Amino acid sequence: MATSSNNSPALLDIAEVSKSFGSVAVLRSVSLQVAKGEVVTIIGPSGSGKTTLLRCVNFLESYDSGSIRIDGKEVGFRPGPARNSGTRQRRSERDLAAMRAETGMVFQSFNLFPHLTAAGNIMLGLTKVRRKSSSEARSIAEHWLGRVGLAHKADSLPAELSGGQQQRVGIARAVAMEPKILLLDEITSALDPELVGEVLAVVKSLAEDGMTMVMVTHEMAFARDASSRIVFMADGGVSAVGPPKEILAAETTNERLRTFLARFRASHF
Amino acid sequence: MLSQILYALPFLAEGFAVTLWVSLLVVVLSLVAGVLLGVGLVYGPAPLRWVVRIFSDTIRGIPILVLMFFVYYGLPAVGVHLQSFWAAVLALTLFKTAQVVEYVRGAVASIPKGQSEAAMAIGLTFRQRLTSVIFPQAFRRFLPPWINGVTDAVKGSALVSLLGITDLMQAINQVIGRTYEAMPLYILGALIYFAVNYALSYASRRLEQRFAFIRD
Repeated sequence: MATSSNNSPALLDIAEVSKSFGSVAVLRSVSLQVAKGEVVTIIGPSGSGKTTLLRCVNFLESYDSGSIRIDGKEVGFRPGPARNSGTRQRRSERDLAAMRAETGMVFQSFNLFPHLTAAGNIMLGLTKVRRKSSSEARSIAEHWLGRVGLAHKADSLPAELSGGQQQRVGIARAVAMEPKILLLDEITSALDPELVGEVLAVVKSLAEDGMTMVMVTHEMAFARDASSRIVFMADGGVSAVGPPKEILAAETTNERLRTFLARFRASHF
Repeated sequence: MLSQILYALPFLAEGFAVTLWVSLLVVVLSLVAGVLLGVGLVYGPAPLRWVVRIFSDTIRGIPILVLMFFVYYGLPAVGVHLQSFWAAVLALTLFKTAQVVEYVRGAVASIPKGQSEAAMAIGLTFRQRLTSVIFPQAFRRFLPPWINGVTDAVKGSALVSLLGITDLMQAINQVIGRTYEAMPLYILGALIYFAVNYALSYASRRLEQRFAFIRD
């Protein structure tokens, strides 16, 4: 798996993205490229901007400057008129919806639709966005439920599923849309410890299939095993990027990273 | 006495039909207007939100009767002449709309933000998010106060008699005027209003049970 994306054009290209909430800068000129098939994990202390960055990639959050491109196409904005270069315009609601359909997202709190069954959750985007017939959508939903080990739960409502099962449906809902890139936002943080493994196993198998993923996680062991690269964020900026072995090495020279890892080890092991 | 009431029944039935017609118009028109304005109040741009907010707060702060007299007796001063029937329907609809706006706002606002975000993330447009994700969940919270409001509308429609419209209330008063049988006729009227509203409440409870599976 590629550890650097310098020679191939990046699938995801985040360039000098900055964002403030009022007077608080949450992202400071963040740049990051992700190549097709890469699994990039973002780690860092809370408040470092990890989740905000992820949410900017599918424009659940806007950003103040910089650009985020997927396959060369800017996600949230279209360029202003040429004679007025430097200005940008927010894409129309319809455009944004179409762009968002190209990325999948899995949430910390699952966010399954409680009024729809497991299969119904997966079918909604397939029928409304991908315009598939409901029988075709149903068979795609069943395929993906099988992939996450929940073929027998197709007709269960979210309230009837365990947290781990709900999150696996959440993953199936996202990947069934065949996104170019999958965003995972602390997807195991709300789970009981004994349910974390079943969810991570699904993520692992998607990675093995070549799914491009960007994930925010606190599961360091998983990050080490599954990632092509790890990004360490601190104070809204990228503090370190590299292969897992390099970033998670105890003897790193990056002061912030060393402190973070030391604290992390102290509290988690 | 009984024969006099029996003799008056067709007349009362006509009044009852007017009561139902007024109620139906008010309920349907206020539902459509209230849902549109309620969605505007939650998701609309700031100027629209202010307008809806001011409309709702103002209307809800005025007695219906004042509103009705204002529409019927006041608007002609600015050149708007409405038949008494339509003036009454307009006034009751305005009042009911302001309430529906609040029910919609409350129901929609109670749906967690993550639901909208998950719907956005799979690429649903604003309208698809509303119809496929938000409304189906908000419906269950909207229904109980709204049905209450519907029964209020049926009862409140009796006010149209004050503009000289022959609804059930007015019909009863006229029959009493001829027969001087106030007690039995008011009891009959009360029973009819009660029967309609009891049926509505019953239907509402059945509907709520059907949607009870949606978690809070």
